[in-house]
Amino acid sequence: MNSLGSLIVRRLAFAILTLFIISVLISVGVELLPGDLARSLLGQMATPETLAALRKELGLDQPYHIRYLAWLGDVFRWDLGRSLANNILVSELIGVRLENTLFLAAVAAVIAVPVSVILGLVAALYRESFFDKFVSMTTLTTISFPEFLVAYILMVIFSVQFPFFPSMANVTHDMAFWDRLHAVALPVMTLVLVVVAHMMRLTRAAIINVLSRPYIEMAELKGMSSAWIIVWHALPNSLAPIINVIVINIAYLVVGVVVVEVVFVYPGLGQLLVDSVSNRDLPVVQASGLIFAATFIFLNLTADILSILANPRLRHPK
Amino acid sequence: MIARLTRSFLKVPWSAQLGFVIIALNVIAFVFAPVLAPYPETQIIGRGWEPGFWAMDCSDEAVSQRGPCWSEFNTGRVEGKAWLGTDHLGRDLLTRLLYGARNTISIALLITGLSFFIGMTFGFLAATMRGWVDQLISRIVDIMMAYPTLIFALIILSVAGTSTLVLVLVIAILDSTRVFRLSRAVAMDIVVTEYVESARLRGEGLLWLMRREILPNTLPPLIAEFGLRFCFVFLFLSALSFLGLGLQPPMADWGSMVKENSGVITFGVYNALIPAFAIAFITIGVNLVVDWFLRKAAGLRDEY
Repeated sequence: MNSLGSLIVRRLAFAILTLFIISVLISVGVELLPGDLARSLLGQMATPETLAALRKELGLDQPYHIRYLAWLGDVFRWDLGRSLANNILVSELIGVRLENTLFLAAVAAVIAVPVSVILGLVAALYRESFFDKFVSMTTLTTISFPEFLVAYILMVIFSVQFPFFPSMANVTHDMAFWDRLHAVALPVMTLVLVVVAHMMRLTRAAIINVLSRPYIEMAELKGMSSAWIIVWHALPNSLAPIINVIVINIAYLVVGVVVVEVVFVYPGLGQLLVDSVSNRDLPVVQASGLIFAATFIFLNLTADILSILANPRLRHPK
Repeated sequence: MIARLTRSFLKVPWSAQLGFVIIALNVIAFVFAPVLAPYPETQIIGRGWEPGFWAMDCSDEAVSQRGPCWSEFNTGRVEGKAWLGTDHLGRDLLTRLLYGARNTISIALLITGLSFFIGMTFGFLAATMRGWVDQLISRIVDIMMAYPTLIFALIILSVAGTSTLVLVLVIAILDSTRVFRLSRAVAMDIVVTEYVESARLRGEGLLWLMRREILPNTLPPLIAEFGLRFCFVFLFLSALSFLGLGLQPPMADWGSMVKENSGVITFGVYNALIPAFAIAFITIGVNLVVDWFLRKAAGLRDEY
């Protein structure tokens, strides 16, 4: 039990270290790049006064470590500065958008996880069958498709040809839950298609991997039915890789929304990030980049810990 | 020579054949773009978003007036129509697609090559030297991989600007982490063999060990990985271009073409889907070939 605790503490320490390094990179890594940031933001025509003012606003006139600590303190107080583009408080700008992105990712995950695990199970159970081949062909295609193509194909089918769902996923705060769900139907479908392909393939691979073990052969020789073998013997033993795949894909969902949000003009964090990168609105880029990073690292940490818990063998590393 | 190639091509399963044909088509487009393209790269030939062959008028009346219905679509004559329609500025989509193949494929290849150079050098270095060098590089890579690639790239691009050079370096460095993991793992198995040991005892230098002993023995998995990484880089580059942060106009590029033409999809103009399908087409082709190659490489190992 002690080793389990220390293993988890070690993972936690690594996650915190990663987050620390990323935050340093985001806040002052800007400095490591050649050229003057203030000048590149304002262009060649800037007067010395505006340059000095922007430098002061960005805190470029202070040494690295002070700037970093000040920035970190601000972040902890949820004071993320003001947007350079329209002078709105970044925390205000981000709050609603983060909520929207999490909503989109959560709906997609709720649908995608059970679907992919069940499909993966069935494909593993009837492997080399027509169903299995069909599924693996479909997943290979979906993996090769760029996300925006999947999104546009769905848009053409379900919004232009058969107008079931809106092509612009615009949600506002005062919408009822079902209206919201209806509005995000197409982005959710896109995300589900992209993620299910990946999750299902790995679920199938994990179960087939377990099925080649001697104890499965023993169970077969005892005369157990193949469905029972999969549910009783194979599934628990492949739980660790499956959990891993699921959590990593949810992490992917939170980040992979960027392209999908842009396609469907969804007011989420990804869209905001892309817009601010084009405007070079650094405070917004830094804040949303940090939020994405923290979410991603936290979910990966969860995947690590859950798979250690689900697989006792991992508790005793060789 | 040709006969032998044909015979070995026919022995390959149909999925890999399809993959080879797709890759060959792209290579042809890549090499002969100026010859095949009906119009110059940036020439405006009509109104924006004109439909292509799918809007051909093939009714009996039209045919009797004008001859076979495909004669409406001729190549090289400006007054003719465009097979694949026109883009948002009225440029021929087929022409843009062919030139776009040049830009997108060559830059994706450049990035993948660079990424392999970086990843393999460090991977082999870590495997041969072991000790703190291995620890240091591996931990740096762990940290880089703990961070979502797209977000990482977006943050760097926001600071460094979206020039092609920055784009190439950023994607190559981010992607080299995966190459590093694989080449380190493969090289680890090679480093402990007797022939590497004897080369070491012979007093061969580090570079010689990496180039002459490790590299030849790690090639098959690395070649397959090259295909997969190429697909990934291609999709990644297209996604960035689609977001408006990749290759910049006036360079023709498939991802930007989708972005430029996507605004009218909701009005039933599907020209933007053509470059998007082109992207899917090439990645499927490469994936099919890699799939076959991997299975073949695994099969060979079983026989021995």
